[in-house]
Amino acid sequence: MSDHQDLKKQSVSRRGFVQGAGAVTGAAALLEQEAQAQPAGKVMGPAAMTITLNVNGKPLKVSVEPRETLLDTLRHKLEHTGAKRVCDRGTCGACTVIVNNKVSYACSMLALDAVGKKIQTIESLTANGKTHPIVPAFNNNDAQQCGYCTPGFVMAAKGFLDRNPNPTYEQVKDGLGGNLCRCGTYVGVRQAVLEAAKKLKA
Amino acid sequence: MATYTWPDMKNRKVIGQRLSRLDGIEKSSGKAKYSSDLMPDGLLHAVLLSSPHAHAIVRSIDTGAAEKMPGVKSIRVVAKAGTEVQWAGAEIAYVAATSEPAARDAARAIQVNYEVMPHFVKEDQIARAGNRAKAAGEQVTGDVDQGFKDAAAITEGEYAIPVITHCCLEPHGQMIEWKGEQINFYPSTQNVSGIGGDLARSLNVPASQIKVHMDHIGGGFGSKFPSDNWGKECANMSKDAGGAPVRMYLDRAQELTIAGVRPSHFAKIKVGAKADGTLTAWESTSWSTGGFTGGGMAPLPYVFTNMPNKRLNHTAVSINGGGARAWRAPNHPQASFLTCAALEDLAAKLNLDPIEVFSKNVQFTPRAETYIRQLKRAAVMIDWQKNWHPRGKGGNGSLKRGLGIGIATWGGLGHASRCLAKINADGTVEIMMGTQDLGTGTRTCIAQVVSETLGVPMNMVVVRIGDNSYPASGASGGSTTIGGISASSRKAAVEALDQLLDLVAPQLGVPKDQLQAVDSRISVKGNPDKAISWKAACQKLGPKSIEATGENNPKQPGGLINQGVGGIQMADVTVDIETGVVRMNKMVAVQDCGLIVNPKLAESQVNGACIMSICAALMEERIMDSVTGRVLNADMEFYKLAGVKDIGEIQVEMEIDEVNDKRGVIGLGEPCAVGGVAAIANAVANAIGVRVPSVPVTPDRVLSALYGNRMERMA
Repeated sequence: MSDHQDLKKQSVSRRGFVQGAGAVTGAAALLEQEAQAQPAGKVMGPAAMTITLNVNGKPLKVSVEPRETLLDTLRHKLEHTGAKRVCDRGTCGACTVIVNNKVSYACSMLALDAVGKKIQTIESLTANGKTHPIVPAFNNNDAQQCGYCTPGFVMAAKGFLDRNPNPTYEQVKDGLGGNLCRCGTYVGVRQAVLEAAKKLKA
Repeated sequence: MATYTWPDMKNRKVIGQRLSRLDGIEKSSGKAKYSSDLMPDGLLHAVLLSSPHAHAIVRSIDTGAAEKMPGVKSIRVVAKAGTEVQWAGAEIAYVAATSEPAARDAARAIQVNYEVMPHFVKEDQIARAGNRAKAAGEQVTGDVDQGFKDAAAITEGEYAIPVITHCCLEPHGQMIEWKGEQINFYPSTQNVSGIGGDLARSLNVPASQIKVHMDHIGGGFGSKFPSDNWGKECANMSKDAGGAPVRMYLDRAQELTIAGVRPSHFAKIKVGAKADGTLTAWESTSWSTGGFTGGGMAPLPYVFTNMPNKRLNHTAVSINGGGARAWRAPNHPQASFLTCAALEDLAAKLNLDPIEVFSKNVQFTPRAETYIRQLKRAAVMIDWQKNWHPRGKGGNGSLKRGLGIGIATWGGLGHASRCLAKINADGTVEIMMGTQDLGTGTRTCIAQVVSETLGVPMNMVVVRIGDNSYPASGASGGSTTIGGISASSRKAAVEALDQLLDLVAPQLGVPKDQLQAVDSRISVKGNPDKAISWKAACQKLGPKSIEATGENNPKQPGGLINQGVGGIQMADVTVDIETGVVRMNKMVAVQDCGLIVNPKLAESQVNGACIMSICAALMEERIMDSVTGRVLNADMEFYKLAGVKDIGEIQVEMEIDEVNDKRGVIGLGEPCAVGGVAAIANAVANAIGVRVPSVPVTPDRVLSALYGNRMERMA
């Protein structure tokens, strides 16, 4: 029986930790710091509640439990499946979105914490008939194979170029360190970011 | 039976062009729908409860409390009372519920009592394996003792390459719905045409009831052929829930624990050579594990297979760990590392340049000329003459630079493939094939072949793949896809064109064998002004369309496909002997090939393979915990992959020329993924002057090799 209890502990996600307290991991501690930045005193959950998320400029109403991540909410409930769930732990960057102009891992942010913030997803880069130059740049430079890491990489690159409009090759290598690819597309990724930087200036 | 050929290299307009992939914008805009992106109305989310124990008997399992939890629609117990589980992560039960959190809550409420049994999870010390070790028996060729007597130098070394995982970014899993008779199956698979039959067998239903569809796959690397038990159980849960769609993907820890591994390889290798480097004898004692059922046997000595006087002993070790699955070029990267490491150690002992030793011994390979050419070319690309130094003579500073060599071979014959080509009256062409695009560019290559064959622009060709209602095409494994699909689509397009030429030949007043389809026109050979436009030709079809099939049969390959390539990769690294950190400066790959349909996509394959090799050489290792029996690093933080900054510069040269082109199409995905680990490990040895016996070459292993305490550090 004790073994089974052990399993239970193993299976508790970090969201479970935030909700249920108990042991504090590094990741949970970070999330708690963010939580402390919120207005104190308001108790939310554990039941689902309706929130409004500002996604790509549109207010979207959605019912979430407090433990749900922004990533799962986008994917499972809001039909925004460009961001992918891969490591689910803030390592690989496949879930990258831009929140209040900051490149963020959607797997490591609760949906509740995204309320009132401007969320940009990969879908915004081809919205309203306009295509951001980083999208074709990934194709032109074959910066993708299976493509599962690609939307996250594209969003990380977009955020990087927003901050660094004139990047050097070395800066590109430093700037995209938060994303991982298994097929090995980095040679193309570096070229794609440089190409997009040129196009953005033109 | 017509004979089929490829158009001459110099006359081609589309094949051989560096075109961007057809589905590239779809992918880079996030619009591409992988099976794991499908979220239909009424979707149920399923999760897997897996065993915390590496070896245990399930004494009882109670799902009563879980069944009563909100949102729960179905629970399937895999490990019923009495089941012996043999690895941590083994499947215990599945739960489907209206949301993923609800399913997780319910999975945690399942009460399982285990009788824990002793486990064995680390194979590095063969002496501890006891009855978990199964010897394959000794293989002897020639006179080994005499061979060692003839040697001017003999080296003995121990080398190890660990179990690694596939770490597909899209985890294993599927969305599936069982409605009435029909099962709609949306897997993440390398095997669109075959996986339906596999699921049918496990569910004991006719294969005709299973409709498979998949537009994109987020990585497979050899691990995604079967429908797996999760396919079966999710189908059953859908049935339980009245046909509601059920979605289940392994979480990351499960993906890295039970979704397949590449077997480890440990070897003690003794090798002898004459003073000029010519090999005289080889003796290896090796062992490996791929999980509970044991491990594969790397072909040793690799590539130099015809060398005289060999004695091989191999032992497969069973551990309580998740099972092996094919991993890009099964057994080859391990064999290449073991062999090339031993050869470079021998070269160092003989005070010879390893290029000389490799060159001296290519006589023992099936393709000496290829390897000589490649060694020379790679040496130029990596500036060997300037940057290489004898082992350990890397200067006085704490940063030591070194170069190393890795060698590869592979077959790559195209698999069985059938293709249906349809020419419509509006001039569009549809291609239907039950294949899949793993990210290699299969869609794009099919379209290039058809566009070339019919003389129409790429945008007139609609490629329909990823569905088992199309003509069957082989699973994508072993670099068999490009040969299979290029041959079948070439043949189907040739046959379809033949029918169209029948239709237009009377108007142009010549026999059809004097007609050609080029530049969107059907014209008379040698008199291109006498022509009819492609559109006008197709309009003659009226309400009909042309349909033709093409088939590739690997047993009768004909002139379109071929097999057998070699490859050389070289690495240039800098090692900090104070911290043990290895930095990649450069990697070069010279890759033998056949006809290359799209050099841009081919180079991406090789670039990617070099990067995968960097991961395996410097970072990747599945670490088992002897105490708990579990994988310690079943996440992407501690199961390390290289990032964009870790790879140095990569330079790829595809050996595209008329001679190679005439061989026909040969698969590429595996051969380029073989030699890199050896090259990097050898470069480290060259840099620091001693062999780091185990990959990945992590900083602690570099420091152990340099300063001792190795056994203590590795224990």
